[in-house]
Amino acid sequence: MWHDAFLVAGKDLRIELRSKVALNQVVPFAAVVILLFGLALGPNRAVLSPAAAGLFWVAVLLSSVLATQRSFAVEAADGARDGLRLSGLDPAGIFLGKAAAVAGELIVLEALLSVGVAVLYGLELTGALVLIATCLAATVGLAAVGVTYGAIASGLRIKETLLPLLFLPVAAPVLLGATKAWDEALTGRPGAGAGWLGLLVVFAVIYVAVGIVAFGPLLEEA
Amino acid sequence: MSRNRLVRLVGALGLVGVIATYWLGLFVTPNAKLFGSLVRLLYIHPSMAWVAFVAYGMAFCSSLLYLWPRTRHARFDRLAGASAEVGVVFTGLTLVTGSIWGRTTWGVWWTWDPLLTTTALLFVLYLGYLALRRVPGDPEVVARRSAIAALIAFVDVPVVYFSVTWWRSLHQPPTVDLAGRHLYVHGIMAFTLFLSFVSFTLVYAWLTAHRYRLAALSEREEDEGLDLALEERRAEGVLA
Amino acid sequence: MAPAVSLREAVVLSGRFPLLAGASLDIEEGEIAHIRGPNGAGKTSLLRLCAGLLPLHRGAGFVLGHDLSVERRSLRRQVGLLGHQSFLYEELTVGENLRYALRASGADRHRAEPAAARLSLAGRLFDTPVARLSAGQRRRTALAVLVARDPVLWLLDEPHAGLDEEGRQLLDELISGSRSRGRTVVLCSHEHHHAASLADRVILLAGGRVVKEPAGVA
Repeated sequence: MWHDAFLVAGKDLRIELRSKVALNQVVPFAAVVILLFGLALGPNRAVLSPAAAGLFWVAVLLSSVLATQRSFAVEAADGARDGLRLSGLDPAGIFLGKAAAVAGELIVLEALLSVGVAVLYGLELTGALVLIATCLAATVGLAAVGVTYGAIASGLRIKETLLPLLFLPVAAPVLLGATKAWDEALTGRPGAGAGWLGLLVVFAVIYVAVGIVAFGPLLEEA
Repeated sequence: MSRNRLVRLVGALGLVGVIATYWLGLFVTPNAKLFGSLVRLLYIHPSMAWVAFVAYGMAFCSSLLYLWPRTRHARFDRLAGASAEVGVVFTGLTLVTGSIWGRTTWGVWWTWDPLLTTTALLFVLYLGYLALRRVPGDPEVVARRSAIAALIAFVDVPVVYFSVTWWRSLHQPPTVDLAGRHLYVHGIMAFTLFLSFVSFTLVYAWLTAHRYRLAALSEREEDEGLDLALEERRAEGVLA
Repeated sequence: MAPAVSLREAVVLSGRFPLLAGASLDIEEGEIAHIRGPNGAGKTSLLRLCAGLLPLHRGAGFVLGHDLSVERRSLRRQVGLLGHQSFLYEELTVGENLRYALRASGADRHRAEPAAARLSLAGRLFDTPVARLSAGQRRRTALAVLVARDPVLWLLDEPHAGLDEEGRQLLDELISGSRSRGRTVVLCSHEHHHAASLADRVILLAGGRVVKEPAGVA
């Protein structure tokens, strides 16, 4: 399982390094979302700054839909999805590998985006430890749910519209938890964010487990 | 035949129960001191929410049974789909009645109360599930991916509820409390409430049985169509 | 010895349409079988079924001793399918695609270079992303993956399509040479005469089932 996971993650990341779709399209998309929030809420920093954590995580959530879709678009091109099944890779390994690759891309996106939010919304990034830990836990959860649903939707012709509808409601607790943890850290109470961090970890553990179990049956789809 | 009769009996009992609930709720039970006539929403709102959760629980259990190789059978997939459909309808009704309650007691159509928020998220979660079910494909494949989606959705329910509750209670104390939960219920009111739970559950069972039967019939139609399709397909070979 | 491929009244559905409508056939180990038939006869579906990619709706099927209705995953490591699509990752180079496929199937990744060399893909092409290859070169890369993996059962769907003269010759050598290495080959081709000259046997497919199995075509 681990061998296959490393293999798939390495392959996905290598493809990303070559094509730079996440960097050249998903990151700018997240930046656009952040800018649009700024326009919608007005230039008043007193409004933007308290909402910054929530807006940041909404942008991350929307971007993770794109990252997931890209992760499966890579497999769908030129019948590689059949290739994935023909390769005889362990499904749990494929799941872990793809989730790890998506998570890696999202972490980079979050790092870049947090700088953007700090600049645009006039924010001071305090409590770095909690901020980073939150990012890690939330991202693992998002990637796990995203890749599982991505596999459900990937064989379908209407995947572009179906994936967000399936994915976003399930990811709502991540939005809540990550936003609250960031809020606490940014307002100088990093200790209070610990509980939310726990919630994010629980979420991540649950959905990594579900993905490992569910991916085999999902991949068998014709 | 006997199963049909049972379904009919359940339907009739449910109908009588709902009518009795309405009669008791609208004409027999007294107004409450605090809420006036509005208290009568109590006889439909909680029981609708109850039915929705029962329906999702049922969809979850039958999805599990479907995924478990030893109990894998198309009937569990049908049951999951039928139950979730009815569940979504009742979730919608729960939201509407909850909103009416909110508007008249607190003057707002919506409040970010944990239960309401959870219910709203559940509503969209299962709308997604039903949308996925409607995507055509090989019946077994559709059943399998739907079962997994039902699993993911149901596992999310406690996480959502917990996080939303926590989210609402940490900072500002809830500005409004769903006062109905602390209402003192007694006598004829308690009976009406109880009756509403029973009759709505019967209605749920009746609706689900019908949706289930419909799914089974359309599957049988497809199966019968298969033999025809096979013959047509083989005929291509004869012509060629 | 059990046949490499054995189907009994196999039915495969796509939605409600039967791709295969009760196909029955046996292909012995070490045999080269040519599946022939008009467009839409179910040739590709037959190969995909044998590769473990399509579920069996009715009937029975065994490939390399694996029951198609239960253990399709374990079967897939042992078969190689050359389809209309090449199953390659566009962004990766020829070498990376080869090594990935080898490592995924648990084989030695050092087999990548010799396989590429065999199909004249060594040197500059080896480090070129698949996206920049011509159609014929892609076809060769897909074939190189098969050569490198060297599966027990080769399923070739129109393998000659898009190959130049040199490529066709290489392919023919591979197919003819498979017998001596104990490999089974099932190929579909519209180039009847050419394919029949390679095959031990011709199986005629029409309307999703085997209609005629002329014996002794060599």
